[in-house]
Amino acid sequence: MAQQVLLGDEAVALGAVHAGLSAGYSYPGTPASEIMEFLVRIAETEGGFTASWAVNEKVAYEEALGASFAGRRALVSFKHVGLNVAADPFMNSAMTGANGGLVVVSADDPGMHSSQNEQDSRFYARFAQIFCFEPADHQECYDMTREAFDVSEKLGLPVLIRLVTRLSHSRSSVETREARPQNGLRTGDWKDWTLLPVNARRRFALLLDRQAEMVRLSEASAANALRLNTGDRSLGIVASGIAANYFQEAEAQAGISPSFLKVSTYPPPEKLIRELVEHVETVLVLEEGYPLIERDIMGLFGVPGKKVTGRTSGAVPASGELSPDIVRKALGLAPLAAQPRPGIPLAGRPPQLCVGCPHADTFKALNKAREDRPGSNVFSDIGCYTLGAFPPYNAVQSCVCMGASVGMARGASDVGVRPAVAVIGDSTFAHSGITSLLDAATADTDMTVIILDNGTVAMTGGQPSFGTGDRLLRIIEGVGVPKEHIRIIEPLPKNHEKNVGIIREEMDHHGLSVIVAVRECIQEARKRRG
Amino acid sequence: MKQDIILAGVGGQGILSIAYVIDNAALAEGLRFKQAEVHGMAQRGGAVVSHLRLSSGRIWSDLIPRGEADMILSVEPLEAVRYFDYLGPDGVVVTSSTPYTNIPDYPDVDAILSAVRTAKRSVVVDSETLAREAGTSKAQNMVMLGAASGFLILKRESLLSLVESLFKARGPGVVEANLKAFELGRRAAATS
Repeated sequence: MAQQVLLGDEAVALGAVHAGLSAGYSYPGTPASEIMEFLVRIAETEGGFTASWAVNEKVAYEEALGASFAGRRALVSFKHVGLNVAADPFMNSAMTGANGGLVVVSADDPGMHSSQNEQDSRFYARFAQIFCFEPADHQECYDMTREAFDVSEKLGLPVLIRLVTRLSHSRSSVETREARPQNGLRTGDWKDWTLLPVNARRRFALLLDRQAEMVRLSEASAANALRLNTGDRSLGIVASGIAANYFQEAEAQAGISPSFLKVSTYPPPEKLIRELVEHVETVLVLEEGYPLIERDIMGLFGVPGKKVTGRTSGAVPASGELSPDIVRKALGLAPLAAQPRPGIPLAGRPPQLCVGCPHADTFKALNKAREDRPGSNVFSDIGCYTLGAFPPYNAVQSCVCMGASVGMARGASDVGVRPAVAVIGDSTFAHSGITSLLDAATADTDMTVIILDNGTVAMTGGQPSFGTGDRLLRIIEGVGVPKEHIRIIEPLPKNHEKNVGIIREEMDHHGLSVIVAVRECIQEARKRRG
Repeated sequence: MKQDIILAGVGGQGILSIAYVIDNAALAEGLRFKQAEVHGMAQRGGAVVSHLRLSSGRIWSDLIPRGEADMILSVEPLEAVRYFDYLGPDGVVVTSSTPYTNIPDYPDVDAILSAVRTAKRSVVVDSETLAREAGTSKAQNMVMLGAASGFLILKRESLLSLVESLFKARGPGVVEANLKAFELGRRAAATS
């Protein structure tokens, strides 16, 4: 046993290493990035396994699946919306099954601190009909990840670990245990992995067969703890993940002890839930994300004679992140005495582009070039440059999902928007923009794509980009963009007039143009200079 | 024994370095801790806050309930006031007086500082001047850690040894400047 100070993300990563991890893959995304950053650090210093950033989450997933088919233990991690990108292999890997343990970590972002939505990954586990762990603290992050590999190998299926921002990015100490060796190479049955209808039907039957076993595993798990208050049957709490922490915080502070079930695994432990619901009059369900357990308990018709409250009843807000204060209120506890907020107006301080950021210069040139083109639309993408939507730039007009800008610009151009502009970073382009550009190049769509090549995945802390520099230019040329309409600008104040001219020229060209704005991220330049 | 601290500032001001020192000093003294950080988008020049909880017993929530904080430690005056409602009635505010004005509607600094003084106990330190005196304006975070040190449940030696190990890789000059920054902050708080 040793003690280590770790982020929740890092505790998951270390749990995986100690479970005998052979290969880990990921694409950066807040709040999941620190899982792979940690794995890369360990792999570089201690060696013994592969830890690799992938070009996108789908590729990362497929790489992990390949390693699992070879009998080795594999981990794939991403933020919640990354699972959308990886949804195809994810859903189908529940059909093929896993050979070596395959653990999927999806970090949700309730409250949307750094995300477009607050989708709840537990529903993905349910959709794929696989087992899911939801740790509540750092120790559970470590322990459950180790256990997840065992469960994966026992069931022969991938297992999902659901994290949330507050745990991913919380730091605490963790007791670690001795690492176990990796699996050797071990062949499986190729027919299981070949989802032709004849095999797929057999595999689906098997997946359905495993469901009862998963419920039994959940019911037997020590992580799902039921405590009944025999003296007071008025209220019972069902809480999962960090919501359970908020309840236990309030409970300790207020000196109350209603009946309480902590849920840490899915499918939910039905028997334990039934026991609690039968025992009490009112059930309050506390869960971060969507009301999954709450809806399970309610069904369509509710529970006769019982009151079930939570996100759907309004006892807890339907959207947004939970907090100790929200949970106190849901429990009917008065707020703690606090300092009053001073009466002065508190100006907000939203995130913004760094002083000297190359994107700022590109946006200034783009804004100037658009001044006399009132019908123009600028579709943007996911990255630091999305901050160009804020003043003083007000330069971009969309942010939907990775790579969306290029396809959206084509659609807008098809129906008459001129000029239709897409703004996308080099890494986002590599992630999901290449195929859309191929599409636009094939049609020679009248649109202008501006690729901001700062050489890194800047927003998430500077992970390596797959499509930067010369390789980026060769990709653009390779998908069929005419060479004379691939233009390079250097976004610097001194080049402003020249850059405005180039952007105007390409906007006025009736066909596809790509302008690559090349200048290193200033954060990375700073890091490099030390 | 417990202490709940709201650490506030602007992305890039080094509040995670303060947290690192406090976390590890707590660990060295046999305390438990949980520290909720902000990563990602908000770090780009936005308001950042870290909830830091130290206790000899079990800590449940990663976030501090409103009214439970014993201290607001802020590297920036506006950010100190932003989280006032987390502070308990007897809590202390330790803040820098040096504004970080990267927004167009930054309020009047004197109004902010009078708001800070509505807390029962407050310490305002000119972190910029003291950091310069210590040798680097980058050490404002260590000035503020020093200013808060007298209120922390941790020993000064534990904090100092962590400051040292945090900056060791950057050479003895950087270590010395940061230790000096800590000391200047501590003295400024003691005499304020």
